[in-house]
Amino acid sequence: MNEQQTQVSHLGVVWKSLAVAFGMLVFVFVGLVPLYNLICDWTGLTGRTAGKYEVTDTSIVEDRIIKVQFLANNNGDMPWVFKPLETSVEVHPGEAKTVYFHAKNNTSIEMVAQAVPSVSPFQITEYFHKTECFCFEQQPLQAGESVDMGLQFIVDQDIPEEVNLITLSYTLFDITQVAKAN
Amino acid sequence: MGRSFQWMMAGMLVVLATSAGADWEMNMTKGVTDISQTVYSLHMIIFGICVVIGVVVFGVMIYSMIAHRKSQGAVAANFHESTWVEVLWTLIPFAILVGMAIPATGALKQIYSKGDPDLTVEIVGYQWKWRYRYLSDDPSTEISFFSNLTTPPEEISNEAPKNTNYLLEVDEPMVLPVNKRVRFVITAADVIHAWWVPELAVKKDAVPGIINEAWTKVNVPGIYRGQCAELCGKDHGFMPIVVDVREQDEFDSWLVAKQDEAKKLAELTSKDWTMAELMERGEQVYGTFCSACHQADGSGVPPAFPPLKASPIALGEINKHIEVVVKGVNGTSMQAFGSQLSEVDMAAVITYERNAWGNNTGDLVSPMDIVNYNAEQ
Amino acid sequence: MTTAIQNHSSHDHHGPAKGIGRWLYTTNHKDIGTMYLWFSFSMFLLGGAFALVIRAELFQPGLQLVEPEFFNQMTTMHGLIMVFGAVMPAFVGLANWMIPMMIGAPDMALPRMNNLSFWILPFAFAMLASTLFMEGGAPNFGWTFYAPLSTTYAPPSVTFFIFAVHIMGASSIMGAINIIATIFNMRAPGMTYMKMPLFVWTWLITAYLLIAVMPVLAGVVTMMLMDIHFGTSFFNAAGGGSPVLFQHVFWFFGHPEVYIMILPAFGIVSAIIPAFSRKKLFGYVSMVYATGSIAILSFIVWAHHMFTVGMPYAAEVFFMYSTMLIAVPTGVKVFNWVATMFRGSISFETPMLFSIAFVILFTIGGFSGLMLAIAPADFQYHDTYFVVAHFHYVLVPGAVFSIMASVYYWLPKWTGHMYDETLGKTHFWLSFVGVNVTFFPQHFIGLAGMPRRIPDYALQFADFNMISSIGAFLFGFSQLLFLLIVVKCVIAGKKAPAKPWDGAEGLEWTVDSPAPYHTFEKPPKVE
Repeated sequence: MNEQQTQVSHLGVVWKSLAVAFGMLVFVFVGLVPLYNLICDWTGLTGRTAGKYEVTDTSIVEDRIIKVQFLANNNGDMPWVFKPLETSVEVHPGEAKTVYFHAKNNTSIEMVAQAVPSVSPFQITEYFHKTECFCFEQQPLQAGESVDMGLQFIVDQDIPEEVNLITLSYTLFDITQVAKAN
Repeated sequence: MGRSFQWMMAGMLVVLATSAGADWEMNMTKGVTDISQTVYSLHMIIFGICVVIGVVVFGVMIYSMIAHRKSQGAVAANFHESTWVEVLWTLIPFAILVGMAIPATGALKQIYSKGDPDLTVEIVGYQWKWRYRYLSDDPSTEISFFSNLTTPPEEISNEAPKNTNYLLEVDEPMVLPVNKRVRFVITAADVIHAWWVPELAVKKDAVPGIINEAWTKVNVPGIYRGQCAELCGKDHGFMPIVVDVREQDEFDSWLVAKQDEAKKLAELTSKDWTMAELMERGEQVYGTFCSACHQADGSGVPPAFPPLKASPIALGEINKHIEVVVKGVNGTSMQAFGSQLSEVDMAAVITYERNAWGNNTGDLVSPMDIVNYNAEQ
Repeated sequence: MTTAIQNHSSHDHHGPAKGIGRWLYTTNHKDIGTMYLWFSFSMFLLGGAFALVIRAELFQPGLQLVEPEFFNQMTTMHGLIMVFGAVMPAFVGLANWMIPMMIGAPDMALPRMNNLSFWILPFAFAMLASTLFMEGGAPNFGWTFYAPLSTTYAPPSVTFFIFAVHIMGASSIMGAINIIATIFNMRAPGMTYMKMPLFVWTWLITAYLLIAVMPVLAGVVTMMLMDIHFGTSFFNAAGGGSPVLFQHVFWFFGHPEVYIMILPAFGIVSAIIPAFSRKKLFGYVSMVYATGSIAILSFIVWAHHMFTVGMPYAAEVFFMYSTMLIAVPTGVKVFNWVATMFRGSISFETPMLFSIAFVILFTIGGFSGLMLAIAPADFQYHDTYFVVAHFHYVLVPGAVFSIMASVYYWLPKWTGHMYDETLGKTHFWLSFVGVNVTFFPQHFIGLAGMPRRIPDYALQFADFNMISSIGAFLFGFSQLLFLLIVVKCVIAGKKAPAKPWDGAEGLEWTVDSPAPYHTFEKPPKVE
């Protein structure tokens, strides 16, 4: 075996291996993460609802009634009062409905919150449309200020037969620090 | 050498065999739901198949170790491959696996089956306690409460004998009706927890920002105990779950009583409290929420958990003390208890902290003070 | 024949340098292999000491020795050090020593990189261990470091943990590239792929797993770093991320990682069992294919670690089936080993004892693994001591026993001395009993409902925990005997012949014992 030759061929293997390693590193960021988000969007996994919905079909399915329950939770040390004004409503698929969530900043400083939605059962996430939602925006509140935040939603006309009950949960996160940093 | 191995294996098989027949102490519980029983029999089937395969494989191995010893004059054979044998022992395990997959898939289907719930309970995991909310269409009858460990610190630190339900006891269990389909919606407020009660065969992760779903239908009334199953920080081992399953009428009366209690609590906040009443209640609240960090005698664990005994906050201005308890202290482990404690409990615990362990300020903080404080904010 | 070549070529090459410089600057595969092995052993003792703290606290219910906070640091550090500090470097050390000698190569392909990939390891682990003395303590979020416990709620030392993991990853990737290059380019003439010893084969496949998944680990800790310090939200729900994403990425690394820790063990056992059965390995070709299939399957089973996280029915079914499928190639391996022993001429020297124990106990770990694969049953097993028992059965009497077997097997070649057989057998029996007393009862406490990673437990788990702790101390202290045996062998062992095992096969036995500093500078001929 010629010393020179082995050196050259090592480089080939090394570069190929490094390329695989580097490729995997890149794949984590530009492959796995978007893939996960894509799968979540397709299947509704984790119950994360999509953004603002444009209504295309205004028909209402009168003979079906879907019950929608609302949950509101504070994450961690979030000190605000946060609760739905109605704990559940009944709607027909296709019918637009508006409900309100009450938030009050009980602290002595201005704070910013972000509500994160999650729907259960997650299989119906794609059938739950929001036309207006406080969760699309960050919510700042002055010290002592309160607000009733609106959510307008439509349950899709094509919602699977076996689903009659939907739970929509909001978790309120304190993002004052992050909002300040931006 | 072969003989000692034989003994070893025989011993282990005996242990394996006894474990199969033994009760809850050694084996999986049969539980009290249809699903837990399905899971138990599935577990036993798979275990049985593994034991049989083990006996065959280890049997051949042990036979070789005894019969084909060099010291006994064994001469090695020459074979080192055989296509049909190798194909056979690829196909047979595959067939066994298919046999296992069939009941497993059936059990999974049962667990994922849909149905209209008779009751929905929201479960929220906190560091380190659970909160249960019984969903109701009427906001005024929706009840919600925390479920905390009640094992006294003395038992944990071995200063008192441990009771039978050591570490598996809570102040307020989740109460469920028997024979009703109960739906759980599960989430967490900080890190990931997992809600697990072995007898119900329900284990589901509680993930912050995400809502998970599980269900159960308990066949037998009784008290069932479980624990958090996902590492969630310091007191992961100290946030048990107790489910108290009752007959429907007992459940109904519990629910009504609970709703009344909630209303009563609203009234309590406007009643006049005596020092003794507040101190008594405050000691209880302190023991549940505060003593894990600040210690029962108020001495704390500095520097992470400062002492309350003779502390500037407990002896200083009342409003500052209330603020610390309501809002917590940013950047420390001191949580904001504003959303966790009722006004009465808040008043009681602050009064307690200001008058216990020689902190004799004589200050009485009433529930109305807390209400007023919140209103001023 | 090869000995003659050695004698011929050794006079124009100097031996090892003198003093500390020999070890700092060495590019010799044998020196580097030795350093890897000693490093791994010291990490094994450190991680073992942490394990004994855990078992001492769990000896009885109640908190006796440590606070829950410190207990969590112990479980985390024990896991990290055993996985990344003890098992992986030990296999790399064995690869360094044995692969060139097995394929008739003079050294590793990239000797200088070899030196670097070893010497960055002590820094990584010094950094990791130093977190124990930092404010806020060492990482306390488990070796699986699930977000947000490891991000938003982590102690400040998490940053050092992240950098330590980066360095370990870099070391592993360099080591893997070196092994691939060596196997590809430096085989002696006639050493075709299908003639390579299985240890070389399993390591080649392991090396590919390493370069495929260590970057994933690096990626996931980098995302943590960015979430903690640069305000991104990969795993933070508030900013549109998801804590569940962390688990998917972690286990996409984590499951192949499990096989990284066991495939080389398969190779070792496949060398030792034929040697002491005095019979050729049964089914060499199917062994190679089985190893390859296990490696490929390892990429599509990761979510079986997450059955309770909330997945759709279809995903549960898919990951259950794919996981069960791994039992087929693994079964083939076990059957092959048994068939190798069948109608052999077996003797029971220490390496063989460890190898036989490996086959039996690893198979028991495989059975519990199969049980864990059954998704509905896993809802009861998940995160209990049943899981702890399972992975310790495949890692301790699995990976660790195979490493011990290989040390006894090749020690005569490395040192030129025989180890003390009586002491070796004593070490084996103490370890064997210790391991089973420690981990077998953990199956029961897991089934009975004890969650893992808790510092204190309910009373019904007390008896088995006490037994388990006793076993752990027996096993732990037996390893000091191992140290004694190795030291005694190096200093005062009987002179070993070039081939001390009459049934052993392979090029490494054609050179002197101890193996000369430079071997196979002229490649041997393989017929």
